[in-house]
Amino acid sequence: MKIALTVNGKLHDIDIDPGEYLLDVLRRIGYKSVRRSCNSASCGTCTVLLNGKPILSCSTFAASVDGQNIETVEGMADGEKLHPIQEAILEEGGAQCGYCIPGLIMAGEALLRENSDPSDEEIKLALNGNICRCTGYEPQNRAIKKAAKVMRGELDD
Amino acid sequence: MTDSFVTVGKPKRKVDGLAIVRGKPVYTPDYDMPDALVVKLLRSPHAHALVKNIETEQAKLINDVVDIFTFSDVERIPYTRAGQGYPEPSPYDTFLLDRKVRYVGDPVAIVAAKTEKAAKDALRNIKVEYEILDAVLEMKEATKEGAPIIHDESECAGVYDKSRNIAAHYEMDLGDVEETLKTCDVVIERTYHIDTQLHAALEPHNALTYLDSVGRLIVITSTQVPFHCRRILSHIFNKPIADIRVIKPRIGGGFGGKQSVIVEPYAALVTIKTGKPARITYTREEVSMATNIRHEMSFDVTVGAMRDGKIKAISLHGISNTGAYGEHSLTTFMVSGSKTLPLYNKVEAVHFGGDIVYTNLPPAGAYRGYGAPQGLFPLDCAIDELAYEIKMDPLKLKEINSIREGETSPIFEIMGEGREGVPQTMKSCKLQECIDLGKNEIGWESKRGKKIRNGSKVRGVGCALAMQGSGIPKVDMGAARIKMNEDGSFNLLVGATDLGTGSDTILAQIAAEVLTVPLERVIVYSSDTDITPFDVGAYASSTTYVSGNAVRLAAEKVKDRLFELAGKYLERSVSELSLQSGIITCKDGPSVSLSELCTVHMYTFNQQQISESASFVGEESPPPFAASFAEVEVDTDTGKIALLNFVSYADCGVALNPIQAIGQLEGASMQGIGWALFEDIIYGKNGRMLTNDFFTYKVPSRMDYGKLTCRLVDSYEPTGPFGAKSIGEIGIDTPIPAIANAIFDATGIRLRHAPFKSERVLFEILNMEV
Repeated sequence: MKIALTVNGKLHDIDIDPGEYLLDVLRRIGYKSVRRSCNSASCGTCTVLLNGKPILSCSTFAASVDGQNIETVEGMADGEKLHPIQEAILEEGGAQCGYCIPGLIMAGEALLRENSDPSDEEIKLALNGNICRCTGYEPQNRAIKKAAKVMRGELDD
Repeated sequence: MTDSFVTVGKPKRKVDGLAIVRGKPVYTPDYDMPDALVVKLLRSPHAHALVKNIETEQAKLINDVVDIFTFSDVERIPYTRAGQGYPEPSPYDTFLLDRKVRYVGDPVAIVAAKTEKAAKDALRNIKVEYEILDAVLEMKEATKEGAPIIHDESECAGVYDKSRNIAAHYEMDLGDVEETLKTCDVVIERTYHIDTQLHAALEPHNALTYLDSVGRLIVITSTQVPFHCRRILSHIFNKPIADIRVIKPRIGGGFGGKQSVIVEPYAALVTIKTGKPARITYTREEVSMATNIRHEMSFDVTVGAMRDGKIKAISLHGISNTGAYGEHSLTTFMVSGSKTLPLYNKVEAVHFGGDIVYTNLPPAGAYRGYGAPQGLFPLDCAIDELAYEIKMDPLKLKEINSIREGETSPIFEIMGEGREGVPQTMKSCKLQECIDLGKNEIGWESKRGKKIRNGSKVRGVGCALAMQGSGIPKVDMGAARIKMNEDGSFNLLVGATDLGTGSDTILAQIAAEVLTVPLERVIVYSSDTDITPFDVGAYASSTTYVSGNAVRLAAEKVKDRLFELAGKYLERSVSELSLQSGIITCKDGPSVSLSELCTVHMYTFNQQQISESASFVGEESPPPFAASFAEVEVDTDTGKIALLNFVSYADCGVALNPIQAIGQLEGASMQGIGWALFEDIIYGKNGRMLTNDFFTYKVPSRMDYGKLTCRLVDSYEPTGPFGAKSIGEIGIDTPIPAIANAIFDATGIRLRHAPFKSERVLFEILNMEV
């Protein structure tokens, strides 16, 4: 079957199998930041934004999001200029192996769009579904806090 | 000490960071190979069985199924999957496919198909007839009379005692423990048990193989040990090393789980047999139950001391569960002694020993800490128990008995990894500073023994001290090559394997420091067996120390060469030259930039490629040290344990990149916290791992802890590159004993079986009330 997806503002007409998951379709058309880890909606690695809300692409049928708007980490930077969350992750040491990072950045972005000044507890709660086995979470939580500050204009990036 | 450094000792961003945050295709699964065959494995549903008959004809008829291989299609060559120095101190007890299966998940057939769907269909249509054998599902049953023999095949080599399922055995004595115990005022004798753990790296094990234009086997794989991988593949397929190239892209986490050669041979077989590219990607369930897990261990621990707190004798006698195959069996067990016992170096007598046994459970292997956490749990907690017995602050007891700078332990020389060790005296040991700072941070004096209550909840604090190593001395070799470009930049080629630890970054920092160029002028390429020099790989906390020293030596050779060439070019003697910020200057004025110097040597003057290589093997393995503290709150109505605060201070010498180094300590601490409190593997009655996904196997998430405070103390290791030693593993050693000791401080309950599940605490509370 054919579906249309807008990914990071670009329209794609794609042939898919009806049973295909969004994760596989996005990877197939080149969005390799969308990665598989648990394949059972329990680790957050494959998080993308669907119409601005975080979803798990490993367990979302591609056919079910026909005609809708997807955002991945490939669309976050403005040319050479990184998004404040990307910048803060680098600055705070929030990425080690980096496998969880695209999903984490998208979940963080969704949080900051809703809440521009989240508390530590709100950050932990919003990102609780994004597992990281490398960092011990502290630098990632700090990075989101810092990015929020930058985005509010209270801190230069 | 670090003030004079320009690039090392600074919190530089990771050199691979930009690609990571932009989601660039940098991991093995991101390599496109449109016509790669999908490789899938049919796995045994039985823990121990013989394949009586296997019928693949029907499955081969399925559309898009290319071929199916069983044990009769492969040469019977025993090997070990352990990525270790050669010859490996692990038994050769594994076959690519065998007529016998030894755990639930052992491969029975390899399917190659054009599509994922066809491969799965084929798996369902292979008919296997098994003769089911009795299985060993408890490690304590393995050596009993009449227990089924797991490795009865004649081709196996290096197994300690096949007839009793003992993969390996080790025993050492220093002095006479029994006699010394007779002279002690107090003797503590206990048994501690520690369950296995999953690595749970987020990138599943996967590999892509193909033949290049001249028929060489190319293997792109998520591995910690590319050179060992090449050697093992060469052995399995009887193929010259020259005909194999292993490329390691970025790795999505390893923690030791990718220190064995697991998936590569299956894809390689398909490529060799069909001539076609092949890709294998394990599912999460396969990663959990059919790669490697941690060695479950149990130790009888005896500690003898005088009333004043002087510890005189320690004995650790144990058993380790290596599962169906023996990779890393001897060495992990030895490390549970060799990287814990030297900590308490004032003793007069030490015993360490035990068996590493086969069971019909998933094979254990390397895992961050590599046995040290399993040894430290009984050792540290028994000393903690002793402290309460003699009414002494347990931290004080550990403090007065532990090793300090300028001291040694005979254990260093007696125990290495799979062989004897090397003698060494601590040239850097800031354990006292770790203790003092950690103690203040947790509020030890005001909280210990206070049992602060809030309704049904009661609080307590616990501590643990730890050490690790920095590479395997006289075994691990790392090498580096530096090649200069005419813009004054350098290519740094290393065999070292960055698995997310930041090693590419710190190795570049070392080269940049020596060559006085900005970090951006050093371009790192790591782990490609055709291009980079040899390195044993990322394990044993070796990269900073071993590979780092190799990079420093290579950079210094380049620097010497630059002086020599600049001397001729500027017509001055070398002794008149100095290098600063990428410019070589003579005392009397003339100077030349590195860019100009390289350019003239490439195109016009004394033409040559400026390039040098160096190798390094450690003569010793300077241990990092740590002092950790846990504060817990136990709900005495439910047994629920909340970790309020975990504090860890470590001495890793000079932190070449403080942010990355603290990240290692934080990440390892969290992994240890998970193992202590949440991560629990459950097997079904038939030996099948039931907790093989992230729903049933609970790794810690952001809401599962209170505070985590990890810091480094000032230290300088004179044998390390710019004063550095290791930090990758040590953080995982302390959470289990520190949390166990904190639970005791809160409740008076000694938990001697990790992980500390709430129901275990509750049962103990109920027992106490009865």
